Amino acid sequence: MNKMILTEAKLFLREPGALIFAIMLPLGLLLVLGMIPDMREISPEMGGQRVIDNHLPAMMTILAVVTMALTVLPGTLAAYRETGVLRRMSTTPVSPLRLLAAQLVNNLVVAAVATALLIGLGHLVHGTPFPKSPLAFSAVFLLGTASMFGLGLLIAALAPTAKSAPGIGSILMFPLMFMAGMWIPRELMPDLARQIGDFLPLAPFGQALRDTWAGHAPQTLNLVVMAATLAVTGALAARLFRWQ
Amino acid sequence: MKVIEVDNLRKRYNDRFVVDGVSFTVEEGEIFGVLGPNGAGKTTTVECVAGLRTPDTGTVKVLGGLTGEVLKEKLGVQLQSSALPERLKVWEALDLYASFYKTSVDPMALIERVGLADKRNTRYGKLSGGQQQRLSIALALVGNPRVAILDELTTGLDPQARRDTWELIEQVRADGVTIVLVTHFMEEAERLCDRIALIDSGKVVAVDSPAGLISRIEHRQTVRFRPSGPLDDTVLKALPEVTGVHRDGDRVEVTGDGNLLLAITTALAAAGVVPADLRVEQVTLDDAFLALTGKKITNGDAR
Repeated sequence: MNKMILTEAKLFLREPGALIFAIMLPLGLLLVLGMIPDMREISPEMGGQRVIDNHLPAMMTILAVVTMALTVLPGTLAAYRETGVLRRMSTTPVSPLRLLAAQLVNNLVVAAVATALLIGLGHLVHGTPFPKSPLAFSAVFLLGTASMFGLGLLIAALAPTAKSAPGIGSILMFPLMFMAGMWIPRELMPDLARQIGDFLPLAPFGQALRDTWAGHAPQTLNLVVMAATLAVTGALAARLFRWQ
Repeated sequence: MKVIEVDNLRKRYNDRFVVDGVSFTVEEGEIFGVLGPNGAGKTTTVECVAGLRTPDTGTVKVLGGLTGEVLKEKLGVQLQSSALPERLKVWEALDLYASFYKTSVDPMALIERVGLADKRNTRYGKLSGGQQQRLSIALALVGNPRVAILDELTTGLDPQARRDTWELIEQVRADGVTIVLVTHFMEEAERLCDRIALIDSGKVVAVDSPAGLISRIEHRQTVRFRPSGPLDDTVLKALPEVTGVHRDGDRVEVTGDGNLLLAITTALAAAGVVPADLRVEQVTLDDAFLALTGKKITNGDAR
């Protein structure tokens, strides 16, 4: 299993485009947007916080996670199915499920590295505080990332071709990110939009990251929606995924 | 010892039996050919043997009835249309696949053996078609299998790469690995296989050695030549060995049996005619396939 993870990691690093995009884009955005004076001022609409305190870094964290989960992961898996990599493995004593597991581990590592860089460099450059509830923050990160991986696996299962998988992922990404407050903080959204967002998979993830970043307990509804997303997408993906 | 026993295997896709009552056995140490046109059910048959598909009816017994992971330990499979990640290097692929098996052969020795030693650090996507096929064979052998199933191994290879691959397969067999070779190339089957199952439309038409299959059809030869001067067909038709004389421009084509060539050259010498461009054609597996199925395989497709 270790050899499989290592091999997949090497393949990841040989195709650095996706990695650079997933890590550098959110990081660059954080560092650049964080210089805008408005982002650094205490805002009454944001509950007396600065945008760079937790809104901006949390949004950049979910951007890194969804880039991996909804485009890189489904693209790789659909290509592995299409070119017969999974079929080839199914002739050996080792199940192609292990390859899937190795992929999940590597995608998780990249998302975690991206998040660590966002936290660390955000702190160094803009003085963004560290997450005030680190354990709860980590737990929310894992649950939210897992739920997005579930969605990514479902895309990989349903995509008709390898090329279409990342495309479907990107199309899903934008409305989900919008509802999560990527472009307009959820505090500034109409109530209805916020309530709809509560039941979409990504907004609760962003909200729970922000809550734990600020040292509050995550809202139960957010955790329930994330867990439900994981359960439903995971079960559907397991049922629908074709090995060839 | 029987290594593979397939009995009355049937597999249906969408109301059509692609494998319709196939039976054959493979003996230890032989190269067994599964020969037939595209769509004859060859691949589905061997996928059932490899445990990748479940037959609708019939039984498959490999190595005395092994199944699941235990079977996959002992059975190397090279499938049609299965690739590796483009950026995976040759040695990494073999090293990784070796780790899948309880007992494996040394990956580096295997790389040497299949002639990829100088390509060990090359990525899969940068290998030529022949090199990819050789890597694919190596992956099928890395688990030190007792039986190897190789599907459409040389399709798409140039003649030199094809001959190199054939040599490799002969070496593997010499090591005692039983080989099931799926192919639509008559020449390949004739050159490599000890026995062949001819499959057409999901059914086994015949199982025999290449020579046995050829001898099943009327033993006929064809002699072609260009006569140096005027020649009366009756001179040839009078010979007991000759069954037919055809003319194609200035060429004469004589069919017959027995010692046809000697009879013709003797008769021509007596008539004072010298045969130019003299050629003798023997019956091939192509002719046998045509006679047994009524079809001719062209580029893998039955016509």
